[in-house]
Amino acid sequence: MSYIKVNQELVTKEVAEKLIKLCPFQAFEYNDSILSIHSGCRICKICVNKGPIGVCEFIESKQQILDKTKYKGIAVYIQQQDGVAHPVAWELIGKAKELARITNEKVIVLVIGHSLDRIAEEALEYGVDQVFLYDDPNYQAFDLERYTNVVEEFFQKHKVNIILFGGTLQGRSFAPRIAARLQTGLTADCTMLDLKENNDLLQIRPAFGGNIMAKIHTPNHRPQMATIRYKMFSAPSKVKPFGIITKEPTDSISKDSHVHVLSLEQKPKGKDISEAEVIIAVGRAFKKEKDLELIQPLMKSLNAEVACTRPLVENGWMDPRRQIGLSGRTVKPKLIINLGISGSIQFIEGMKESELIISVNNDPDNKLFAISDYAIHGDIYEVLPELNKLIQQVWSQRTV
Amino acid sequence: MNIITCIKQVPGSSKVDVDPKTGVLIRDGSNVKMNPYDLYALETAYLIKEKYADTIVKTITMGPASAKKVLEESLYMGSDEAYLLSDRAFAGADVLATSYSISQMIRKLHPYDLIICGKQTTDGDTAQVGPEIAEFLGIPHVAYVTKIEEVQEDGILVRTSMEDHEEQLKISFPCLITVDKGTLVPRLPSFHRKQRFTGYSIQTFSLKDLEDKDPSHYGLEGSPTQVEEIFPPNKKRDSISIKGDKKTITNSLFEILKEKKYI
Ligand SMILES: Cc1cc2nc3c(=O)[nH]c(=O)nc-3n(C[C@H](O)[C@H](O)[C@H](O)COP(=O)(O)OP(=O)(O)OC[C@H]3O[C@@H](n4cnc5c(N)ncnc54)[C@H](O)[C@@H]3O)c2cc1C
Ligand SMILES: Nc1ncnc2c1ncn2[C@@H]1O[C@H](COP(=O)(O)O)[C@@H](O)[C@H]1O
Repeated sequence: MSYIKVNQELVTKEVAEKLIKLCPFQAFEYNDSILSIHSGCRICKICVNKGPIGVCEFIESKQQILDKTKYKGIAVYIQQQDGVAHPVAWELIGKAKELARITNEKVIVLVIGHSLDRIAEEALEYGVDQVFLYDDPNYQAFDLERYTNVVEEFFQKHKVNIILFGGTLQGRSFAPRIAARLQTGLTADCTMLDLKENNDLLQIRPAFGGNIMAKIHTPNHRPQMATIRYKMFSAPSKVKPFGIITKEPTDSISKDSHVHVLSLEQKPKGKDISEAEVIIAVGRAFKKEKDLELIQPLMKSLNAEVACTRPLVENGWMDPRRQIGLSGRTVKPKLIINLGISGSIQFIEGMKESELIISVNNDPDNKLFAISDYAIHGDIYEVLPELNKLIQQVWSQRTV
Repeated sequence: MNIITCIKQVPGSSKVDVDPKTGVLIRDGSNVKMNPYDLYALETAYLIKEKYADTIVKTITMGPASAKKVLEESLYMGSDEAYLLSDRAFAGADVLATSYSISQMIRKLHPYDLIICGKQTTDGDTAQVGPEIAEFLGIPHVAYVTKIEEVQEDGILVRTSMEDHEEQLKISFPCLITVDKGTLVPRLPSFHRKQRFTGYSIQTFSLKDLEDKDPSHYGLEGSPTQVEEIFPPNKKRDSISIKGDKKTITNSLFEILKEKKYI
């Protein structure tokens, strides 16, 4: 077992206090002159590297080494419903192709369903090397247990190095099931991916709920798995197909299932901010729900959609579908205007690819300013009324 | 009917930063709370208990000894029993090792019909622990449940909310669900129950109490994923700062929008 050893002979009250303060996970406990580490410890090794010298020591146990050369190819799972692929799948293919170039890997597509020849062909048009199709009437509708059995069979047979899933609600429920079945790691909502020369996947995402990114890897397990949100990456352009489609047998795969869909109702279609060209994003600077009316004239004249940060959804002021960010939507509009938003990493990861970014904030150290094209140092309660006057002037000139 | 609810203690504020000079994580750890989504998991269990007699709700958490606080809170809200899973051997656990540890604990609480988890935590934010527990137990799961419609002899009818549609599903027992907010309003801890539980001691399980005692299946060693490095997000974009009195800055903003042909 790898762990952090505390060399008690070096522990004084001061040393203990220093370490307790240093540890970001409050994992130290100091009782009766003994400094111990409890299960809150994430083995981040900050105490070893930045703490009083020699007090904490990382003890690493030897692990069996995996033969990484046995696993080949980057696989993308295509989520589909009624024969239509979720577009996140094409974006993942785009990323998989970039990664594949680094170590000369193949891009492989996994499709599960019934009568899906069209999706398989479409995948080839995006320039993948190989499509494996598991086609069976039992796979007509998504079924967690049956589909998990298929992915297990697929991995055992083809020994792929990586499997990528779209971070849709379905993907976020399906991928962990597979990771547990295959006893491997899974990193949720990666915002970047990279491949090392030894074919280790670097999974990069905001971590620990704060303004920090973490590079996560899976050094000793295969497949390496990650989910990625819709709109994080771009779909590749279509090419002349060169890959092959292989239909895989499904007879021997268990079709047991304990969940039955009784009914399915479409939700009324709300306007999706993921597709909007102009967005006005509002944050907690708005003190009352009613104050949101201040943005009406601007919305009208820019023909914009309104979006928001998470606290406004939590307040019940806005529909969750209007939330930008890691636990909301990713947006890439031509223009986004951020009004009174602090720019937490979870928010920024959901909008940093926007073409033109303008931010208004009264805090000179606002984190959004650094990623904005225009950083407007001002109070929204002053700027918006003033701006509305200017907009009114334009409108009245037009009607004259 | 036996229900097990899984809850977690999370940081009360999301203020975490990296010291740009030393690269050290700075976190205000003084305040902690129950993961908000787990309140809905508990409320779902209590509503079933109110409707179906002979229901027992057991609540578990894996974490440090101080996580007993959220277990106590659950007892005061409506849980019948509470258990803590805590051991140094669990340090450094990623999703797989966490889910495996919890599934081992749940095996000790056999028999169960229904396990209820929150949709996700506000610190880990993976939404993966629930589905992985279900897989380790070899039982079906359904995620994003917004409503329990009916409890039947052999299973439950639930409603889930996906991006563009809602589904009504039947799941056979034993099973696991993860719950979303839906229309639930979590109840508050009651003074009455608090008095009833004075003197109740929360039982703690450690590695030696579990069926699988091999330490290499837990904690850092049982974790396929590892953090290689943490770093502050990189900021890029040459930004133009606009400062001045409200008239000046508003005029500039207006001019930018006009110049870019938005107005
Ligand atoms: C795991 C996890 C996932 C998360 N996912 C998301 C997510 O997907 N999306 C998301 O948005 N958040 C998410 N969050 C929350 C996120 O960390 C922040 O708490 C949140 O984004 C802050 O929202 P805000 O900027 O509106 O509010 P605040 O942080 O309170 O910022 C308000 C800003 O307004 C400015 N301001 C105040 N008054 C005025 C004024 N009169 N004029 C001008 N400026 C003013 C302030 O200077 C400040 O910059 C997540 C958090 C966690 C832990
Ligand atoms: N340490 C833990 N102890 C008990 N339950 C947990 C723990 N971590 C996660 N869970 C459960 O799993 C759900 C999802 O967590 P996460 O995968 O971290 O987003 C939570 O809402 C809890 O119900």
